[in-house]
Amino acid sequence: MNYNWNWSIFFEPAPGGTGTYFDMLLSGLWLTIQTGIFAWIIALIFGSIVGVLRTLPSKTAYWIGFAWVEFFRNMPLLVQLFLWFFVLPELLPRSWGLWLKQMPNAPFYTAAIGVGLFMSARVAVQLAAGIASLPRGQKQAATALGLTTFQGYRYVLLPIAFRIIMPPLTSEFLNTIKNTAVAITIGLIELTGQARSMQEFSFQVFEAFTAATVMYLLINIVVVTGMRFLERSLAIPGYITGK
Amino acid sequence: MIEINHVSKWYGSTFQALKDCTTKVAKGEVVVVCGPSGSGKSTLIKCVNALEPIQEGDIILDGIKVNDPKTDLPKLRARVGMVFQHFELFPHLKIIENLCLAQEKVLGRSHDEAMAKAAKLLDRVGLKVHANKYPAELSGGQQQRVAIARALAMDPIAMLFDEPTSALDPEMISEVLDVMVDLAREGMTMMVVTHEMGFARKVAHRVIFMDQGEIVEDALKDDFFGKPRSDRAQKFLSKILSH
Repeated sequence: MNYNWNWSIFFEPAPGGTGTYFDMLLSGLWLTIQTGIFAWIIALIFGSIVGVLRTLPSKTAYWIGFAWVEFFRNMPLLVQLFLWFFVLPELLPRSWGLWLKQMPNAPFYTAAIGVGLFMSARVAVQLAAGIASLPRGQKQAATALGLTTFQGYRYVLLPIAFRIIMPPLTSEFLNTIKNTAVAITIGLIELTGQARSMQEFSFQVFEAFTAATVMYLLINIVVVTGMRFLERSLAIPGYITGK
Repeated sequence: MIEINHVSKWYGSTFQALKDCTTKVAKGEVVVVCGPSGSGKSTLIKCVNALEPIQEGDIILDGIKVNDPKTDLPKLRARVGMVFQHFELFPHLKIIENLCLAQEKVLGRSHDEAMAKAAKLLDRVGLKVHANKYPAELSGGQQQRVAIARALAMDPIAMLFDEPTSALDPEMISEVLDVMVDLAREGMTMMVVTHEMGFARKVAHRVIFMDQGEIVEDALKDDFFGKPRSDRAQKFLSKILSH
């Protein structure tokens, strides 16, 4: 293979004129972190609501939850992002569509919301499974004490269910961060995007993607460590998730 | 206090769990409900505070119709204590917090007031030293005593017990029964599903015998143990009293 390794490429100025190639990758990393966190918050909020809907006795609630989950999990993420980014503005009334297209940072918001909604379906399924795994008597005990359905979920069912699903939730958090890389296709220059531009400018493809890989790894190690710490601090002594 | 009038209940459209059940529990009365497993006794007691819906008949609790859609069920349930076979303490809350939750969220008591009440009741069931432990760190008998204290913290007008000792090791049964006997002697209105005939002999006023969803016999304690009128009750008694 005729390849010129050059690990010092990171300290050479990038063509953008804003700093070195390393600075370029760092700005991509920062955008990946922002998109990932924004998407994860959306995934958690909608995933929790939909997950709860799927466990309520009401048929309507169940069907709303069912439709949400099947819509978002049965379509490839890439297709969803294209839908939100290219198709949605065309379907809306002209002025709204125009406003959407001209919105600054449109790729960022589309990616964060798109990935967030996609992941919300997965969070919802896990949360519903977590709630369903609790003994039926827990809900009955909460009800018998006079707690309303909302209070029963808020103070009893959800705190236990979230503890139980903490390990799979960690994986979903990691997936959310990794899935933001798809946003490169709608023009979001996040970490993968910056690695690719670096390769195009410098032809140092291996260095660029090695650095990107290491950076993804670093974010995810931070997330895994953080989640493990959270898991441990929330562990219930003597209970399933406890020590 | 508790009136059950011609109550029938079906699970699904085919299985009839309760068949035209009629009985009542007067204020200060202790009624024991017994019968073979699957006879509907747990179902009946869960209908009293509407944990299970009924399809026919009426249940009236302290003058309020339980099966009236207009009834504020959480409010009504808060006035009736319930103790479950599997304790159903909330595993993520400390013992003292288990006793405070509904006092604060349902009755609107201040935290200090709830804590004082909880401490008093834990002392009463002999578990004050365990106030800051988690449920899983206690034995079954201790957990059930906490569950009784949790129900009493709501100052209930009546207590429902659904096989409170069936999940306990033999040596723990008496510590729970002792608490229940004390309660009965203080004049608490109690409806108790149990196989503990010793308890029934000691404190019950009336005994109800159920089989296949029907109330087969509803007699004063002495009549029930002296000369049960039905064959089925006689057979049942001879089986459980022969050891």
